[in-house]
Amino acid sequence: MGDGAYDVVVVGAGPAGLAAARCAAESGARAAMVDDNPRPGGQIWRGEWMGREPCTTFCGTRVVAVPEPGVITLESFDGTLEIGYRKLVLATGARERFLPFPGWTLPHVMGAGGLQALAKSGLRIAGKKVVVAGSGPLLLAVAKYLRGHGADVRLIAEQADQAALTRFGAGLIRHPGKLAQAIGLRAGLLGIRYLTGCWPIAAGGAGVTLRRAGRTWDEPCDYLACGFGLIPNVELAALLGCGVGAGGVEVDEYQQTSVAGVYCAGEATGIGGLELSEVEGEIAGYAAVGRPEKAREFFRARESQRRFAAGLERAFALRNELKTLPGDDTLVCRCEDVTFGRVRQCPGWRDAKLHTRCGMGPCQGRVCGGALEFLLGWRAESVRPPVFPARIESLSGPRCPQP
Amino acid sequence: MGASYDVAIAGGGIVGAACAAACAAEGLSVAVVEPGPIGGGATAAGMGHIVVMDDSPAQIALTLSSRQLWIELSGELPADVEYLPCGTMWVAADEEELAEVRRKKRVYDEIGVRAEVVGPKELAEAEPNLRPGLAGGLFVADDSVLYPPCAARFLLERSKAARIAQRAVEIGGGVIKLRDGTAISAGVTVNATGAWAPELTPGIEVRKRKGHLAITDRYPGYVRAVLIELGYLKSAHATSADSVAFNAQPRKTGQVLIGSSRQFGAEDASIDAHILRRMLQRAEEYMPGLGKLSAIRTWTGFRAATPDKLPLIGPCPGDERLFLATGHEGLGITTSLATGKLVAAQVMGRSWAIPAEPYLPGRKAEAHGNVSGDRNVAGQREEASMARLDRLTIGPQVDNLPHKDTVTVSVNGVAVTVPAGAMVSAAVAMAVATFRRSVTGEARGPLCGMGICFECRVTVDGREHSRSCQIPCAPGMEVRTDG
Repeated sequence: MGDGAYDVVVVGAGPAGLAAARCAAESGARAAMVDDNPRPGGQIWRGEWMGREPCTTFCGTRVVAVPEPGVITLESFDGTLEIGYRKLVLATGARERFLPFPGWTLPHVMGAGGLQALAKSGLRIAGKKVVVAGSGPLLLAVAKYLRGHGADVRLIAEQADQAALTRFGAGLIRHPGKLAQAIGLRAGLLGIRYLTGCWPIAAGGAGVTLRRAGRTWDEPCDYLACGFGLIPNVELAALLGCGVGAGGVEVDEYQQTSVAGVYCAGEATGIGGLELSEVEGEIAGYAAVGRPEKAREFFRARESQRRFAAGLERAFALRNELKTLPGDDTLVCRCEDVTFGRVRQCPGWRDAKLHTRCGMGPCQGRVCGGALEFLLGWRAESVRPPVFPARIESLSGPRCPQP
Repeated sequence: MGASYDVAIAGGGIVGAACAAACAAEGLSVAVVEPGPIGGGATAAGMGHIVVMDDSPAQIALTLSSRQLWIELSGELPADVEYLPCGTMWVAADEEELAEVRRKKRVYDEIGVRAEVVGPKELAEAEPNLRPGLAGGLFVADDSVLYPPCAARFLLERSKAARIAQRAVEIGGGVIKLRDGTAISAGVTVNATGAWAPELTPGIEVRKRKGHLAITDRYPGYVRAVLIELGYLKSAHATSADSVAFNAQPRKTGQVLIGSSRQFGAEDASIDAHILRRMLQRAEEYMPGLGKLSAIRTWTGFRAATPDKLPLIGPCPGDERLFLATGHEGLGITTSLATGKLVAAQVMGRSWAIPAEPYLPGRKAEAHGNVSGDRNVAGQREEASMARLDRLTIGPQVDNLPHKDTVTVSVNGVAVTVPAGAMVSAAVAMAVATFRRSVTGEARGPLCGMGICFECRVTVDGREHSRSCQIPCAPGMEVRTDG
């Protein structure tokens, strides 16, 4: 690319992206950040991040295609833009894993992070009865946030067993910072029932049916906020040809992917939480501007955070009973309304796509794909442009003369 | 030892499936060898346009007889085949192309194909999203579209053929050898592996011709008939060069399928961004509003092209027990049913409704097809075609923005006031419970809240399929839900 190119373009302005952009910018590189959300901060700080942007930031803008090496196509509500890069840092974060169960498509059933994001986006939740369900530490954070904004959080249903969480909790002693946070959170949750080994089996107009230790009961609520952990957003990395493993985008010690000059940091490389994302972002940011010695200073911190993340993953592993949640007539693909009964008859993802339309809608399989990975062990196929639904004009690009 | 099957077919695309169905209808026992999904190759990549083409008498005979078979079968096709008898509109941009309209009209009249010359005004009325000022067109009412993978599956199920989910590595002498070493013996074997046919039967004149397609979200009625430009006449003689042409097709889902491109010598199945651009730019020249539609996928496929533009159907010279059924280029979906009939008739030693000679693999080039001119080039009908762990606890406790200011937007015509900085999703939620109706009519609302799930789609300032969770409210914004 010519002079118009940025030295470093960071995709995603959450904790990892902000850290990478800061390190790159303070090293003197010409850097830019791109984020689909209207403001920087990622989902964790959605709408609430008050920092100063370290570099040029394109918000409300997503990467939809890579027309040639060194160029990405950006699309916002208002227009299309192509920018050049010398190095790319992917900090595309994670999304929630949703599992289908009868009633999960009703309008009052949302993701756990989903309801929190909507509340942060201006949805009024004061006085609303909410059940938070699914799995992972996110449930605690969501419950605390919602209650802090006036919601009547009835209970938290965590599918993991108490024994696994206790083992994990004991391990926290090795992570004093985390322990303090955990204690702080518990205090915040005082008064909210936290039921382990408990999960939703159905939702209806008036609430949710929960199961725990063989007992089943109905819990009335205005909103069911339900998510089963997080899935790395690897699609852009896959489009660029980066190696992707079961846990996320594969990277070397400098957070570089299998494609030279393309780095990846944060949840997209595997779910690890805020601190790990920031450390990875710092390493990627320094490495991308050719300062490996600075990047190495963060290796030790990353190691410690990764051990913590591995512990989390073990503690909140999804139980097998959840595979029996969807019935044959439960929708698994919400874009095309395809039932689990039809999908499970297919030998694999491609068959299901071609013959049932599962995964062929605008979410491009991001929702049903996470469910089917757990339910049937299916891995996503290759990614083609647009990596996200895009206007035709964004793909047809600048008008170039015909050869 | 006797043969295991009367007919064993390598390739489970629409041609292989149609051959299986036609042979089974003759009472023959059939096996189909296909390692991948049924209809997962060029069949899945194609547009699924059922169209009468007139490049040569042999092409007319094959496409017309096969279209008739589709019309007869249409009442039995299951819903997921998405059969849509929408017709074809050949679009003429200028006087020169109008001459082609008149020529085509004469040919269609002669062969009994309903075709209607359309003037500029009628064209604009029939297809209001075409650019103004086009010269006219030719409407062929009995052409149609369908969804090919499900059509292939339907034909294969109907045949009750044994399905062998393995790759064929050798074919000939009444045997198909599988990758695991097993040999499937049959009275007749059929190579119906499309653009890959030369790998099993070296020496046959079939080349890969790559094509690109794009498909949009649902915009019912945006395109009504299959639209194909006649502009290919002007670049017709570049047989080997890469070419693009405007081709837009309505799907029963309300989606718009956009083509087309043709490339020889491209072996890589990945999207060629340059060709994709040219193809979409060409489409936008004809439909300027297309640029604002949301594309949800692009893909490529490989047509099986022959030098004379006619498929290879029948016994392979030198091996009477090996039949070929390949080389259908961009017309495999249309001509699959007639191909099946021709194969079945030849296996039974009979003739069928049209002569088999023009398509026999041993034919002389130029005898029947259209080698020069490459008139069908331009690609009229393409076939081949959160959360973050939220750390263990939540992030730094940053207070909510001081939402002192407010913004008023309109939701379904009702004024809704929300705090400044709120997303459209918040405004919609204040006004209605249902954000959208799903494709089967279910009430839906936001799921992910972060732009991933597309469940919160609404129309914002006239822009359909906009994610309400990612768009900040602006004063005076017009929001509509379809719930």
